[in-house]
Amino acid sequence: MAEKKKLVSKRFAEKSQRALVYFVLTLISLIWVFPFFYLIFQSFGKYASGGIFPASGEWTFQNYVNLFTLPETPFLKWWINTFVIAFFTALLQTILVLMTSYALSRLRFNGRQALMKLILILGMFPGFLGMLVIYYILELLGMNTSIFSLILVYTASSAMSYYVAKGFFDTIPKALDEAVMIDGGTKNTVFWRVILPLSKPIIIYTILVSFTGPWGDFMFGKYITQTAGMLPDGYTVAVGLQGLTSNSDYYGTFCAGAVLVSIPITALFFWLQRYYVEGIAGGAVKG
Amino acid sequence: MTAIKYLSLTKGQRFLVNFGGFFKNLGRGFIGFFKRLPFKFIRLGHKLSRPFETLVDAWKKGTWMVRGNFLVFGLYQLFHNQIMRGLLYLIYEIVFIWFMITIGGPYLGKLGTLGTFSPTSMYVADAYEGLTVTLPGDRSFTILLYSIVTFILMIIFVALWYFSIRDARSLQNSYAVGKYEKNGQFFKDILDKNYHTLLLAVPLVGLVGFTVIPVIFMIITGFTNYSGTQFYLFDWVGFDNYQNLFSGVSSTANGSGLVTIFLKVLAWTLMWALIATFTNYFLGMVVALLINKKGIKLKKLWRTVLILTIAVPQFVSLLLISQMFSGSGFLTKVFENIGWIAHDTLPFDNALLSRIIIIIVNMWVGVPYTMLICSGLLMNIPEDLYESARIDGATPFKMFSSITLPYMLFITGPYLLSQFVGNINNFNIIYLLSQGKPSFGLSSLGYGDVGQTDLLITWIYKMSMEGQDKNYAVACVLGVLVFLIIAFFSLVLYGRSNSVKNEGDFQ
Repeated sequence: MAEKKKLVSKRFAEKSQRALVYFVLTLISLIWVFPFFYLIFQSFGKYASGGIFPASGEWTFQNYVNLFTLPETPFLKWWINTFVIAFFTALLQTILVLMTSYALSRLRFNGRQALMKLILILGMFPGFLGMLVIYYILELLGMNTSIFSLILVYTASSAMSYYVAKGFFDTIPKALDEAVMIDGGTKNTVFWRVILPLSKPIIIYTILVSFTGPWGDFMFGKYITQTAGMLPDGYTVAVGLQGLTSNSDYYGTFCAGAVLVSIPITALFFWLQRYYVEGIAGGAVKG
Repeated sequence: MTAIKYLSLTKGQRFLVNFGGFFKNLGRGFIGFFKRLPFKFIRLGHKLSRPFETLVDAWKKGTWMVRGNFLVFGLYQLFHNQIMRGLLYLIYEIVFIWFMITIGGPYLGKLGTLGTFSPTSMYVADAYEGLTVTLPGDRSFTILLYSIVTFILMIIFVALWYFSIRDARSLQNSYAVGKYEKNGQFFKDILDKNYHTLLLAVPLVGLVGFTVIPVIFMIITGFTNYSGTQFYLFDWVGFDNYQNLFSGVSSTANGSGLVTIFLKVLAWTLMWALIATFTNYFLGMVVALLINKKGIKLKKLWRTVLILTIAVPQFVSLLLISQMFSGSGFLTKVFENIGWIAHDTLPFDNALLSRIIIIIVNMWVGVPYTMLICSGLLMNIPEDLYESARIDGATPFKMFSSITLPYMLFITGPYLLSQFVGNINNFNIIYLLSQGKPSFGLSSLGYGDVGQTDLLITWIYKMSMEGQDKNYAVACVLGVLVFLIIAFFSLVLYGRSNSVKNEGDFQ
């Protein structure tokens, strides 16, 4: 009898514990989702309301219409600019990162350690202090007023982000390389025939990270577009939307723009989520 | 201290011993570093003397054509079936000399003064009519930049000079034993033996042009009085910027020196980095444990909800949250109703409140990352560890603190370090949320409008990028200090985590 009672109370404890966990998880989820719902509701409001929902009678689509019609918010152009920048950044950066990582992981040459140390040290300086110089160089190259300057800025230092891909390459058995070399292959063949086919997850991870980067960066974008005195037509979405927040008249428009930026990026992210998780988890353990 | 002695101590004493041990190790690490220093120098000396030996050897034993390489890069290679290699050396030499004569030399000559000649308008009496001609002045910025570029090209020049001679000498050697390299060998090597040159060429050019040169420029500018606004001339000032920052000469409105402000910002930066790193780490782990708990359904849903924060661009979510704390914002109203802030004030007017808000929002941003990282790792913990603990009657909390936590800390040590360093430089969250408010009221002094939630990095940004009172040189000094702080922590912590690694695997 006592035994049974104990079992029942144990089951009860387990159940209540589980209920507690569900409760906590639900609470956490609500907290984490709340800002996004808030964003969506606010994007349909006429004015910035103090509450979560727009006041009754103030629901409107006007914010979305404004984005595409107002001359000071050429949202479509921002979106296309950002897409072009992100596309080329993803392409170039992935190629450069793979090249650097392969060289640092698989090849042994003089100065390899020194190069890795140099990159580590360079990473400790606040990067944006160099913007003045970078801008001067862009001016010298005559491309400071085009969006291609941003592609250059985002990709030029790709070598600095070799860590994750190198960590991945390090785990590919060296025996495979040796097999190719014995068959008369070169290190070039190893790269194309062994490493790249095995690296699909890390390639997708690199593309994903470098593609989403330009959508979120506003620091470099703002500095270059402002210093060059570009028209709003040349902005990226981040620069454009950040500019909107300074004026409360555009509050709803900002929310609408934020929704429209977030949807494609979020969709892309969830589509490739698996690779992202693998990438950051691997990078964290290998440091 | 022996193991027996250690085990006989109470918990508090053990903690003290461990705590003291940390600093003891720290000191030992420093002493060890300086003890090893002389050996390092000796080894460096050996390394440096080797090139000289090679050069002397090439001069003594080389044919006259190898000796010719001392003057004309790639001469020997050009005449010994290595046209491609020889040409590359030669082209660099010619381009370098041309560069030195036309650009490098003149700019380098002005480096000492950073230019003296400001632009002047002159009236030129012309045969037809008077003309006003503006003579372009010196630009100190350009002089400094081109001098750095020239120095880098000079270093490459010396290196290539050495490589061309060494290469010629080794070619001569292989010729002596009858090994003739063909012209095509160059292209074969570049895909195999020298593959790294092909792979790294473009990334390195980008790195040097867009990171190395800017960083060198930044370090050097710390010794000038360049505020970021002078278009033409500025000057060397030596260590004045460092002195101003530390001596506290320029006093602020409330009477405290600049150095107090600096120390306050530094203290908050370090405190923030520590709190932000650990709150994210532990909460992320707890959330991961909850989601991965046996018998909990909808695991995918919980995870997806959290990942949403990572998926949405950070500037969107952070700007949105900062809007919630603005004058008409939703959370400002809520705080007002609860009574945390007075009517018509903002949450970011209160230093303590804004700091708490920032840390909490940072959890919102950062916990999903830790959750993702921990989820995978938690599943790797051997289940039998928990099983035996359960048999021994351990409580869940005990299991967490004696199994889960040590295991996770061991595995993710490097990640924690990089998070800490990343948080010292966590620009986005501060800048997009509070913009450093509430302000210290320093704006009139020309050191940027620094506030109580500003990190060093956002202070640097304010001083170098925005506002009327820019002070780029002082921002550069702060940049160097940030570098030193991060380098210090990386050295100390990384050394420690390494020593942990050497102790063997987690048991």
